[in-house]
Amino acid sequence: MKKILLSLIAGLALSAQALAVPNEKAVLNHYADLAHAIYQDSLSTAQTLQRAVNQLIAKPTEKNLAAARAAWKAARAPYQQTEAYRFGNAIVDDWEGKVNAWPLDEGLIDYVAASYGGESDENPYYTANVIASKKLVLSGRAIDTSRITKDLLAKTLHEVDGIEANVATGYHAIEFLLWGQDLNGTGPGAGNRPASDFNARSCSWGNCGRRAAYLKTVTDLLVDELNWMTAQWTKGGAARQGLLQGDPKQGISTIITGMGSLSYGELAGERMKLGLMLHDPEEEHDCFSDNTHWSHYYDALGIRNVYTGTYTRVDGRKMTGPSVAELVAAKDAGIDKALRTHLDATMVKMRVLVDSAEKNGIAYDQLIGEGNKAGNAKVMAAIDALLVQTRSIEKAVNTLQLTPISFEGSDSLDAPGKVWQ
Amino acid sequence: MKLSQLVATTALLLMNAASHANNDITAPTSDFSKAEAYEKYPGGAATHRKKINRDVFSQASANMPFEREINFKVGNGFFKRMWVSAPSSTQAADGLGPIYNARSCQRCHLKDGRGHPPNGPEDNAVSMFLRLSIPPQNEQQRRQLNEHRANVIPEPTYGGQLQDFAIQGHKAEGRMHIEYQEIPVKLAGGGTVSLRKPSYAVKDLGYGPLHPQTMLSPRVAPQMIGLGLLEAVDEKDILARADPEDQDGDGISGRPNWVWSAANNKPMLGRFGLKAGAPSVDEQSQGAFAGDIGISVPLHPDGAGECTPRQKACKQAPTGNSPQFDNLEAHKKVTDLVAFYSRNLAVPARRKHDAKAVLNGKRLFYQSGCIGCHTPKHVTRTLPERPEQSHQLIWPYTDMLLHDMGEGLADHRPEGEANGREWRTAPLWGVGLTPVVSEHSYYLHDGRARNLLEAILWHAGEAQQARDKVAGMSKAERQDLLLFIESL
Repeated sequence: MKKILLSLIAGLALSAQALAVPNEKAVLNHYADLAHAIYQDSLSTAQTLQRAVNQLIAKPTEKNLAAARAAWKAARAPYQQTEAYRFGNAIVDDWEGKVNAWPLDEGLIDYVAASYGGESDENPYYTANVIASKKLVLSGRAIDTSRITKDLLAKTLHEVDGIEANVATGYHAIEFLLWGQDLNGTGPGAGNRPASDFNARSCSWGNCGRRAAYLKTVTDLLVDELNWMTAQWTKGGAARQGLLQGDPKQGISTIITGMGSLSYGELAGERMKLGLMLHDPEEEHDCFSDNTHWSHYYDALGIRNVYTGTYTRVDGRKMTGPSVAELVAAKDAGIDKALRTHLDATMVKMRVLVDSAEKNGIAYDQLIGEGNKAGNAKVMAAIDALLVQTRSIEKAVNTLQLTPISFEGSDSLDAPGKVWQ
Repeated sequence: MKLSQLVATTALLLMNAASHANNDITAPTSDFSKAEAYEKYPGGAATHRKKINRDVFSQASANMPFEREINFKVGNGFFKRMWVSAPSSTQAADGLGPIYNARSCQRCHLKDGRGHPPNGPEDNAVSMFLRLSIPPQNEQQRRQLNEHRANVIPEPTYGGQLQDFAIQGHKAEGRMHIEYQEIPVKLAGGGTVSLRKPSYAVKDLGYGPLHPQTMLSPRVAPQMIGLGLLEAVDEKDILARADPEDQDGDGISGRPNWVWSAANNKPMLGRFGLKAGAPSVDEQSQGAFAGDIGISVPLHPDGAGECTPRQKACKQAPTGNSPQFDNLEAHKKVTDLVAFYSRNLAVPARRKHDAKAVLNGKRLFYQSGCIGCHTPKHVTRTLPERPEQSHQLIWPYTDMLLHDMGEGLADHRPEGEANGREWRTAPLWGVGLTPVVSEHSYYLHDGRARNLLEAILWHAGEAQQARDKVAGMSKAERQDLLLFIESL
């Protein structure tokens, strides 16, 4: 009886508090508003990149190449912040491979250094070099590649034969075309493609017209895709609908799944720990441009954004609104405080990686090099911070007592006892 | 605790209350009027409900805590990793070959799905290879087999499988050659199905002739989902279904394979591989590292991979064994991660499991005797350190035992206890998603069947009666049966 009373009191206390707490629907709406803004920023910065690419193709000077590279880096900043939406929202996860697939076998796209190796059973398209080939044989089928079109890149070549490293579209394909291979291993320096690679009149490495066509097509495709995804988050858009139509608790679970899976599995694991274990610059996320430090930084920032309901737009405007943080704080202020602290601590460790590259000129691929103890330790510190943060996210899940998303609405929960009788 | 773990916990509490009733839970249903509770989730709480697309076999157990996802992702990284020949600047990922079938796990297990036979003479057969062995030649070899210390006696020059690639400066062992012959099969209700009967040979031998008694067994890479759950089924439950002498007279024997476990230094129940030749996910995957990629691992520390002493240059080639990695090419940390990844590739939720035609197909499947080997349900054990696989009700549709499948499918190459006509019952979960994941529908151990119906019609031996029932069904019934299998 005592227990029942206690829980009754707890229940009353909760409902009293609930008045001050944003409702789940409002949190979801704001999360969708943030998504729309971040994708819109990704789109507008990609359009800036598109103009820079067109300028480069029209006038292939080193200055225009540098401008296109700068535009690519600027476009990455908002995009990486969208990644916190990926793992929770099926519509995003299903789509993201078209724009951010990685790592890629660049030999599929363009010329590579001789040291890249000429043959790989692993992937017959490893050195297919579409830019130099007007005809390719794919799985015994002859493919006409004389015209470089959106369909050729997105439908025929991307992930050809189910090999994930056959990346023909997205940010990293563009990155390779703007920078070229980074042949410096774990030493200093990024890719160093000359602007004359796009100059039909004084062409380096041949096929400059086709290279320019590839760059233009793949950039146009990126803009198309971001246009599409931005639309999914408008008022009637499928992504927003999918989130708001279901049980609100399920929506909150979606937000947290996105945070948790990006934090530790994807970012700390696939993108950081693997490369650190192998000491291999090929496992670096933005390996042609040496922009990996920013890429990781903005991933982490994206996770903090969706928790705190904040986002700073590319024009500097700040967005704030009802957040998961407030929901957690209403149930257990200590858990919320700890999680915020851990998210902030991660940002500090990520900033160390950024400073290393931007201030000290030691890029991420150098930090993970074999024998670079101090560098390895910096990367490991960021991984450890992500671990602490992930444990805190798990605690927030418990605090919110979320219903399991993957089984919601199934008869197994409606009448679980029946199965075991 | 992650969201979906709550389900596992709920189920666990219920299970503990009723664990004595396991037999009832796993007894096949006889009510086909509606779907059974939980049947939509063949992998229990580990089942994933992500979108049905090409990545549907590459998702992690849904009940995996966020904190363990790092192991899954890093394991996946190694699974995709292309190994390079030694010496190279990347000491942590060199040591390929010298002879090999593929440079990465992923190359054969494309999208973690099923491999396929080559699409023609131009196609490098990289998701399929030939196993090689010879009958025992002397008392010592006979003893090795009898004591379960070896599954086979390898071909003396070429070893246990034919590697069709080699690193620069070395010769590949040879090339698998396949010829097909079409055989028409008549069905009830009119219609004919043509089955293609393969014959295998080795061409372009790189190291001299094969032993005259060499036995070949073709193998396509199997799908990777649900392996950890199969590993977690209690040995006692598997053995309880064995009926080696067919004492119940149903024409179905069901024999366990007993195979050497190098990890445990004793014979154990075989569970993995097409003839149940490996006792655990870890041993199967370490075997594949060594045999398929030529990478030394804790259980197979030789840096020369599958080279035999008769392949001298191959044996003497530089290896990638590095002192900082326990003198191995892939040390224990790496093989543990790959095993973790392999154990946790989740089974997708079923589609249309409660559709009327699917339920009718289910009835036909059960009543035709298919479940005599394709056992619908098991309950897994509770395993330390393996929460994702522990205490789940799973629906793999296999008994994990060996069955005589008749002359048509026989490879005449024994492996452990499995004779030349026996194969382990293949799990059927996810089988209907093969076209989505792999863009083909080639089934059976060597991909000879071009669709599910052909695969069923190849069944003979212990499965003859069930197969005949399917061949005798009306067209509409057969369609429902196939819809059921595709929904798994």
